[in-house]
Amino acid sequence: MLDSNLHAIVPLLCVILSALAVMAAEAFRSPGEDMPLGGLGLVGLIGAGASAVALWGRNASSFNVIVADNFSLFITLLLVVVGVLTIMFSGPVVARDGLPKGEYYALLLFSIAGMIMMAMANDLLVVFIALEILSLAVYVLTGIRRDDARATEAAFKYFLLGAFSSAFFLYGIAFTFGLSGSTRLDRVGAFLAAQSMSDNPLILVAIGLLLVGFAFKISAVPFHMWTPDAYEGAPAVVTGFMSTGVKAAAFAAFTRVFLSTFEPFTGDWAPMVWALAVVTMILGTVVGVAQSNLKRMLAYSSIAHGGYLLVGLVSANDIGKAAILFYLLAYAVTNVAAFGVIALLGTKDRPNDELRDFAGLWHTRPALAALMTVCLLSLGGLPPTAGFIGKWYVFSAAVSAGYYDLAIIGVLTSVISVFFYLRVVVMMYMVERDAALTPPVKIAGLGMAALVASIVAIFYLGILPSRVLTFASQSISTIF
Amino acid sequence: MDSALAFIPLFPLLGFLVNAFFGRRLPQAVSGGLASAAMVASFAVSAMAVWQLSGLPIESRAIEQKVYTWIASGDLAIDLTFRVDPLSAVMILVITGIGSLIHIYSTSYMHDESGCEFARYFSYLNLFASFMLVLVLGASFPVMFVGWEGVGLCSYLLIGFWFKKKSAADAGKKAFVVNRIGDYAFILGMLALFAQFGTLDFQQLATRIAGMPVETGVFGLLSVAALLLFIGATGKSAQIPLYVWLPDAMEGPTPVSALIHAATMVTAGVYMIGRNAVLFSHAPETLTIVAVVGALTALMAGTIGLVQNDIKRVLAYSTVSQLGLMFLAMGVGAFGAGIFHLYTHAFFKALLFLGSGAVIHALHGEQDIRNMGGLKRELPITYWTFLIGSLAIAGVPLLSGFFSKDEILYETFHQGHVLLWVMGALTSLLTATYMFRLVFLTFHGERTPHAVPSHSAHAAPSHPAPSHAAAHPAPSHSAPSHSGSHLHDAPPAMAFALIVLAIGSVLAGYVGVPHALGGHNQLAAWLAPSFQAIGASAGEVAEGAVAAEESAAALELTLMLVSSLIAVAGISIAATIWLKRRAIAEAMARNYPGLHRLLLNKYYVDEVYNAAIVQPIRIGSEEALWRRFDVNVVDGAVNGAGAIVASWAGMMRRLQTGSVRSYAGSMFVGVVVILGYYLWK
Repeated sequence: MLDSNLHAIVPLLCVILSALAVMAAEAFRSPGEDMPLGGLGLVGLIGAGASAVALWGRNASSFNVIVADNFSLFITLLLVVVGVLTIMFSGPVVARDGLPKGEYYALLLFSIAGMIMMAMANDLLVVFIALEILSLAVYVLTGIRRDDARATEAAFKYFLLGAFSSAFFLYGIAFTFGLSGSTRLDRVGAFLAAQSMSDNPLILVAIGLLLVGFAFKISAVPFHMWTPDAYEGAPAVVTGFMSTGVKAAAFAAFTRVFLSTFEPFTGDWAPMVWALAVVTMILGTVVGVAQSNLKRMLAYSSIAHGGYLLVGLVSANDIGKAAILFYLLAYAVTNVAAFGVIALLGTKDRPNDELRDFAGLWHTRPALAALMTVCLLSLGGLPPTAGFIGKWYVFSAAVSAGYYDLAIIGVLTSVISVFFYLRVVVMMYMVERDAALTPPVKIAGLGMAALVASIVAIFYLGILPSRVLTFASQSISTIF
Repeated sequence: MDSALAFIPLFPLLGFLVNAFFGRRLPQAVSGGLASAAMVASFAVSAMAVWQLSGLPIESRAIEQKVYTWIASGDLAIDLTFRVDPLSAVMILVITGIGSLIHIYSTSYMHDESGCEFARYFSYLNLFASFMLVLVLGASFPVMFVGWEGVGLCSYLLIGFWFKKKSAADAGKKAFVVNRIGDYAFILGMLALFAQFGTLDFQQLATRIAGMPVETGVFGLLSVAALLLFIGATGKSAQIPLYVWLPDAMEGPTPVSALIHAATMVTAGVYMIGRNAVLFSHAPETLTIVAVVGALTALMAGTIGLVQNDIKRVLAYSTVSQLGLMFLAMGVGAFGAGIFHLYTHAFFKALLFLGSGAVIHALHGEQDIRNMGGLKRELPITYWTFLIGSLAIAGVPLLSGFFSKDEILYETFHQGHVLLWVMGALTSLLTATYMFRLVFLTFHGERTPHAVPSHSAHAAPSHPAPSHAAAHPAPSHSAPSHSGSHLHDAPPAMAFALIVLAIGSVLAGYVGVPHALGGHNQLAAWLAPSFQAIGASAGEVAEGAVAAEESAAALELTLMLVSSLIAVAGISIAATIWLKRRAIAEAMARNYPGLHRLLLNKYYVDEVYNAAIVQPIRIGSEEALWRRFDVNVVDGAVNGAGAIVASWAGMMRRLQTGSVRSYAGSMFVGVVVILGYYLWK
């Protein structure tokens, strides 16, 4: 049998091995030969998913720095779902746009490995390494269309600013280590709980610096500026992937570090996160209203969704913690699917991601329009979709934690946000198609299958959410 | 039977699914027939449920079906539960009954649509009915909210159904925006109640609120929650200040106006207040606001209705006005009277809209009443049914509207709100006048087909052939031959619906004949338990209502006489002016040009809203926040990058001249603020 120290990293290993396999296959591929590299990735992801299920409830831990508690396993499963859907959408897109297949899938899998590692990390340095693994892969994926000026520029900006934020994050780790003598989360937590540190400004500086690092990754305002550029420049399928996967991984680590390790200092960080949540919700929503490019609009929408997740974090009660996990899942399946629709509608020469490209979609591709409608309604938080339950949970968490102001602002912004989601719906159903603008495209079967699966998930989470909610609550109870 | 409630919304939902997925391949008869059959089946189940309900003892008159636990985790559990009690019983019968008739009517009215559009129409209509039934059957706020949002969505889709007309698409958008404001308040009200009571089940809420003191003279939590809910209701039910979307909603197909924007959805707000009667009774301050807003809306919409020239717009303002009366009733605590009027109004307003649809249908899209006249001879079925509907809404004795409107006015007066009573009475006078103006101008006199160009500002033709509407001038122009030739009265399916509704408009009021007339107000007794917390010995309550009824018979008879005279006076005024001496109307318009213009332009409320709210928000969002803030730094960079940045040098230049530096600047500000906050502390 495997050394019990290694159990917890099995999901991670599955993904890394499949990534290495993809690289090896690409290296030995004779020119012109077509290999099912995406399939290799799927095998790795399914292995990760299966091992995560097997590890459920066992609280496995490897070398004390990687923990496979239910919390990280929930996120792992979420990332597996995101990864599988992304690979299904990628198949037709990679072939159509002529993206370098080997690099694409290898980077995708490496970034998923980084995300899983980030969710499982029990050590600030491991968090940092995971962050860098996933970030480097995602920077390159953003610019993978090398002949596209926007993509290159977006990747470069994302990279520079990401490096900038990493520096702050690393500083935060250094301060924490300097104070507590450890980077292990449990030890830092125990140290902070035991010592009276409230009059030590250094710990607050450490918290502030770590906050900046996380806020960048979850695109909280004012660290959001890279988001619209990166989301617009990257291929739609990559955008769908990074808008959900990166956010889930970052929130997992964010939640673990702030709700468990820095729990004694909740009174200190909560006001700051409160402020971030408020400006993030408001700016994401209000600026989103004015967008005419769908990818940019969804970029602002995803900024706003980060704000709702922060509301769950500030609430810091059991409902709020479970709400974060449920919301991440609901948002992930919805957003991947929404970007999937955009990806499938594009052609090699035209991304077809302007609002007007969706005009009359109902008349040319009714199924696609209907699926997109469901995604948008879910993003807007209308019942009976996954998004409604997620918002419901976040706002009731805020209310029961006494943050009425956050609930009022959150409801207001989500009410406004429906306005821009519905604009797309109106376009699809109530505007005639401009034939000159959007040539009808052929939709690949694999992509359609992924879409249908996402829609089923959106309705499942909206109509029968109890089971997943129970899992989310259980996951939370393991670490806090 | 207990488990059958779910079928009530399920049948139309299935109809929706079939028409949405396979509708394009089905012949019209099948897709329309299926949609109608779904509604009729739903009506049958509703009738059975109500029959069963009536057999239960009055204290425990409610049938519940818990479908499953919808949202549950920890201490928070919300069940998907449907509940029929006397109040929702009335609602489901109205929705499925009148809904069925309107579906049947639509099969004929919409037959000019292409197969795909025809199926789309019926799929929306079925989906709407399904959500509406969820709204009234939901046993808790979240379930009601599913229906609340769902009917809103269907309503926008149906208003914008003929999206090729810009006005239709705009109207859909307006309805959407205005309703979102209401929804916002509604959600906040819901959250406030949840925060206070930890439950959102209507019965449990009522029980807990019943144990609290009435907030007389104070504006406490209950008053705030009730006020927020009421603001939500003003959005859905088109009251001041959120009524502006309803008249524009007339851009949708006429049967939709009948079903959604007259008979059912717009009454959701009234229903919701009835559903939370205990809460509102404990918030008398809010209740006063409800009454005043209702009375003001009723009067204001009535005056606007007096000068409109589009047949559907007159009816739309009349709807707003009648809804105002319902809110007046709710506001004076006469919940039964409000629901009674809701119920009778559903009959005659659906009838009037469908009648107007028959007129528009016969005239190939003409909606301007100045171009009508003399239709009495050519459209006899439409004329007689329309006349019955008008008599009913005008409050002529022995028709349904008389009983319900009279009860509202009586209760208002009886509760001591004399000023509100005067406003209600004036509204009644206006109602009778503008309705008979409509009748006389449309059906009497001589036809004047080209009195005014029919595509004036608001009177865009909405004949059920929208593809022509956008491309060609109004059909009445392109086909002048119709003006002289024989017109076709309502075809069988439409005539059937009209006649059934006409019978209903006459008879519906007899479930609530007041005691003063020797009747027994069965509806009030039936509804009474719904307005009480469970366990408040509902039986006594119902009897109490009856007893109170007896005491003031003399007053009631007097008021009844007054209302009858008002109705007759209103009709006489209309007859004098528009039947005999039209010059009077023109003279008045000439002598009071300011007033006339004010009414014609609907008190300029749209313009004021646009200037005071819409433009500032648009500017705030687009100009200030986006263009100044994010565009300068974000979009400016991206748009500028239209030229290919091929070389490293080019890239570096770009970096040095702007965006990345300013992005980093934004981050840096964030860092400084966060660290500064912590170091300052």
